Amino acid sequence: MVYLFVGMGGIIGSLLRYALSLLAEDIWGDRFPIGTLLINLTGAFLLGWFTTRFGDSKRLHPYLITAFSTGVIGSYTTFSTFCLETVRLLEAEDYFKGMIYILLSLFGGLLFVKLGQNFGKETGSTK
Amino acid sequence: MTELLFVSLGGFFGAIGRFIISKSFQKRSQSGFPIGTLTVNLIGAFLLGFIVGIPIKGHLYSLLGVGFMGAFTTFSTFKLELTGLKNSKKNPHFFSYLVISYSVGVILSFLGIFIGKQI
Repeated sequence: MVYLFVGMGGIIGSLLRYALSLLAEDIWGDRFPIGTLLINLTGAFLLGWFTTRFGDSKRLHPYLITAFSTGVIGSYTTFSTFCLETVRLLEAEDYFKGMIYILLSLFGGLLFVKLGQNFGKETGSTK
Repeated sequence: MTELLFVSLGGFFGAIGRFIISKSFQKRSQSGFPIGTLTVNLIGAFLLGFIVGIPIKGHLYSLLGVGFMGAFTTFSTFKLELTGLKNSKKNPHFFSYLVISYSVGVILSFLGIFIGKQI
């Protein structure tokens, strides 16, 4: 049963990612993978916030916690596309952009998890 | 509209696939190293490269590339686990998880494209 919840979350997360990546390409073009970067950083923030605030909450059913964290946010963010886009930048000999993309994902991701966790603590626990 | 259906279908199975595989690998880890997420992310990096290398396009790409591989791999859990390792002062785990994910991930993606192109 929990699998069905994770799968449903996966649908929502994937559709959000798809919509946002199309929107980002419309706005900024495809010179830099800003869409995936924004998706991954906002997802890192959301997961940091959600697990801090609701991780061991008694108010939410464990299936719902898994559906949102593993399902929605897990599927919203992506690692495979990040790797592919990095290879694309390196293949195009855009080494500077490739390096910037890796560094922004690397440090930005850690920063946004931390920001999300801090926000989760500030907004209080529902235990 | 059909695109959305293919992305959804891929996302549904990709998320469940990640959940099952990462859990089953994580169970074998005694040291607390996040081997589950690392495994799905590296497999996914290779397979997405492979799909792009062949190349698979159109609806099938929406299903397998955007939907399945996009949902099968994850960035948020990877970063959350890194933060957890750092907070619990497991520095060797932190650095090896970080370095392996980024370096091997990009290399496997490259290899996937390369092998896909040969087929």
